[in-house]
Amino acid sequence: MEKNKRLMEHEGPPSDVERIKRESNYLRGTLKETMADPVSAGIPDDDNRLLKFHGSYLQDDRDLRIERQRQKLEPAYQFMVRVRAPGGVATPEQWLVLDELARKYANGSLRLTTRQSFQLHGVLKWNMKTAIQQINEALLSTLGACGDVNRNVMCNPNPHQSHIHAEVYEWSKKLSEHLSPQTNAYHEIWLDGEKVVSTKESEEPLYKDVYLPRKFKIGIAVPPSNDIDVYSQDLGFIAIVENGRLAGFNVAVGGGMGMTDGDPYTYPQLASAIGFCPAEKMVEVAEKVVAIQRDFGNRSVRKYARFKYTIDDRGLDWFVNELHKRLGWTLEEKRPYQFLHNGDRYGWTEGSGGSWHYTLFVENGRIRDFDDYPLMTGLREIAAVHQGDFRLTPNQNVIIANVSPDKKDAIEALIESCGLANRKRHSPLRKHSMACVALPTCGLAKAESERYLPTLLDKIEKLFADAGLPDEEVVIRMSGCPNGCSRPALAEIAFIGKSPGKYNMYLGGSFNGERLNKLYRENAGESEIIEALQPIINHYAKEKQPDEHFGDFVIRCGYVKKVLSGQDFHA
Amino acid sequence: MIAEMKWNPEEPVAINSQGEERPLEEALRRHFEITVLTKPLLEKALPLAPGASGLSELVENEQAVRDYMHGRDLLDLIRDYSLFDIPAKEFVSILRKMPPRLYSAASSLKAYPEEVHLTVGKVAFHAHGRERFGVCSGQCALRLQEGDTVPVYVHENSNFRLPADADAPIIMIGPGTGIAPFRAFLQEREEIGAQGKSWLFFGDQHFVTDFLYQVEWQRWLKQGVLSRIDLAFSRDASRKIYVQHRMLEKSRELYAWLQDGAVVYVCGDEKHMAKDVHQTLLSIVMNEGGMGEDAAKEYIMQMQKEKRYQRDVY
Ligand SMILES: Cc1cc2nc3c(=O)[nH]c(=O)nc-3n(C[C@H](O)[C@H](O)[C@H](O)COP(=O)(O)OP(=O)(O)OC[C@H]3O[C@@H](n4cnc5c(N)ncnc54)[C@H](O)[C@@H]3O)c2cc1C
Ligand code: SF4
Repeated sequence: MEKNKRLMEHEGPPSDVERIKRESNYLRGTLKETMADPVSAGIPDDDNRLLKFHGSYLQDDRDLRIERQRQKLEPAYQFMVRVRAPGGVATPEQWLVLDELARKYANGSLRLTTRQSFQLHGVLKWNMKTAIQQINEALLSTLGACGDVNRNVMCNPNPHQSHIHAEVYEWSKKLSEHLSPQTNAYHEIWLDGEKVVSTKESEEPLYKDVYLPRKFKIGIAVPPSNDIDVYSQDLGFIAIVENGRLAGFNVAVGGGMGMTDGDPYTYPQLASAIGFCPAEKMVEVAEKVVAIQRDFGNRSVRKYARFKYTIDDRGLDWFVNELHKRLGWTLEEKRPYQFLHNGDRYGWTEGSGGSWHYTLFVENGRIRDFDDYPLMTGLREIAAVHQGDFRLTPNQNVIIANVSPDKKDAIEALIESCGLANRKRHSPLRKHSMACVALPTCGLAKAESERYLPTLLDKIEKLFADAGLPDEEVVIRMSGCPNGCSRPALAEIAFIGKSPGKYNMYLGGSFNGERLNKLYRENAGESEIIEALQPIINHYAKEKQPDEHFGDFVIRCGYVKKVLSGQDFHA
Repeated sequence: MIAEMKWNPEEPVAINSQGEERPLEEALRRHFEITVLTKPLLEKALPLAPGASGLSELVENEQAVRDYMHGRDLLDLIRDYSLFDIPAKEFVSILRKMPPRLYSAASSLKAYPEEVHLTVGKVAFHAHGRERFGVCSGQCALRLQEGDTVPVYVHENSNFRLPADADAPIIMIGPGTGIAPFRAFLQEREEIGAQGKSWLFFGDQHFVTDFLYQVEWQRWLKQGVLSRIDLAFSRDASRKIYVQHRMLEKSRELYAWLQDGAVVYVCGDEKHMAKDVHQTLLSIVMNEGGMGEDAAKEYIMQMQKEKRYQRDVY
């Protein structure tokens, strides 16, 4: 049934975004002119589509919309700028640059994202060029951070097995470089680069002039941690470590979180592992996978354009055949691995090379100075003396990594003196939570997320505490719309915004991210949420088996059905 | 003032020479000027102040008077020069009638036959230890509610009008509330389908909050009712940029418009803006027209004679 509808629409004319891409002359459009137009702080829609490929897009402060309309002012336009950092690694120098840009040109905060990148919010048009130039001078880039291309490559920042991690990280950088758009437009528009006469094919050998039908996400996991949520990726690699060295990767394809309200032909999906490749072949595999999606993805209906539907519509066998055909060789049998969790481990850990790593919880990835909690200042002070690096985790936290033993005390002292570690509300449950940005800046948001989850967690924490489980670890995620930026479909308890104050509540994801959850309450406000959860949590407290996670319990007790494929998500 | 002077707010006082009476509070609220100080008022207050207060020394010194009046009101005068123990009747007799405040019509009668729109900038500042608000602009911005009424009259200014020729190009220079009449101009030109080119120079402090009528200018630009716009936001960049800087940047085109018979309008701040803009016009004519200073002055004088350089500054 699903196949037919989606495939039928596939035959339709290309969507408007396809036209914009094709006519853009490799992502140039009229961006140079419209970014310089002084009469509006915004840019036209077509250029905004293209700007995404450059790592930014136009937003407006939705809290101010009505008031500004009354004032005969355009919406409070501002740009979000996303900084790509493969594997989420940044040097202290880079940290300081971003920290300064955030305070000087953005809204005074840095947002760590669920894909290990940095976001600046609230950058005004007139400051965009300076900001992007400084980002590039710091050897970071925004190119390809959004748009219909491969996004920031995620990679486990595992500090325990440093040499494996180092190797995996190198692969993530290679992937990122290899799949980055090649057009010179970025340099021309932002970096005052010479205009290059476009020689068509050579400008974009992989993406051509059409780029991909939709965004494409790649992540590399290192078991036993599934922190990057490998099953949520369009293309996931699972590092296989044998005899203490990296043997290669299992390849998983076709995951993705987003769905569209009211359209059962859209659903979150888990990636399927299809085989194993030696490490040195992984870039080749990725390129071929991306090319298949480029050639077969739906270009008529954007909501059906994600890679997961390309595969589900034709079957996994079709895909594996196509991939083998293009590779000219076949993947090996997938190798065994085991994931235990998808959350972060907090505090100090010692790496294999003798250096130390400190994982700091950052609520919803938002780094700023709070009234009673100088998080941004504290991290800036640490960056000023730190000689290792920073690693953003896929759970929007930050690792102060590679601290040599003789520097550990100094870093520890700064963590202490700024009070970074002892914010009282950091319960284990909160430390496993994630919210997307949503209101006021995200144009798609239907309900609050980042600004609301902390208060809702206060109440859920109390339910668990009252049930006698104050230290329970539960993965709770909230997204302001079904786009699912915080990967809600994998959480043990998830909330997806429907309208202001109303959420669909999902239960039954697993603690290690291997299972989808299922709708439990539709359109619920806060009191309905609490009323629905309370009896289940009490029941859990009474009858949970040893080490049984909440998500497993609700399935065993029949609160929701187990969902192992997106096709059963709405069933 | 009533509290400070221990007056009875209900006491009837005369509000005009015909001897019409109103309760004191109403008289002070509605009929007398009690914020802006003037030299004549200070002089009239002299006999009421104790001899040792120093008011007479102040009044004798022009510069000192001007400095004193800046940012001060009647309550300051009472406190600073001990004008206490004066009966209300006697005190109000030295006050001048509340003068009307003038505001440019920001709408065209053709576009809005039943309405007149105003662009009122709220006067608010902190001086001498107190938060202060302009009487009329404060009333509009802080107290008036939708549906309230205010006494108004129409004051015609025949020296600030659109050219009779709807095809004549116009250059409008109006930072801040100086933008008001130009909104009316464009409404009018849109309404009558005028073909003349138009060019607006606007400036204020911040693009994000102070681009007055932003969406209307954007629409007019798109539709061609407005041909060009140049903007100067003084607080957005490290270097302060004002409308005259934008005029200089566009010297050549601006002079070409003048040669084309454009009518230049300047509206808004008299003290700084109007002077700077005038100076800038002069140097543009000198540089672009290759004229000496005298010839340029003559050129601008000629424009004035032809009513091609009109100003409404305050
Ligand atoms: C022809 C004409 C057209 C005008 N058009 C407009 C218009 O379109 N829009 C508009 O808003 N105004 C316009 N004005 C000005 C307007 O008439 C009023 O003068 C203005 O609104 C202030 O009146 P008010 O009653 O609010 O303030 P008042 O109570 O009269 O107080 C104003 C006084 O406050 C003092 N003051 C103000 N700021 C400061 C400061 N920062 N520090 C110290 N002292 C200060 C000054 O002494 C000033 O005289 C126009 C004026 C004229 C003559
Ligand atoms: S999930 Fe929706 S609301 Fe949240 S950031 Fe993503 S697009 Fe915006």
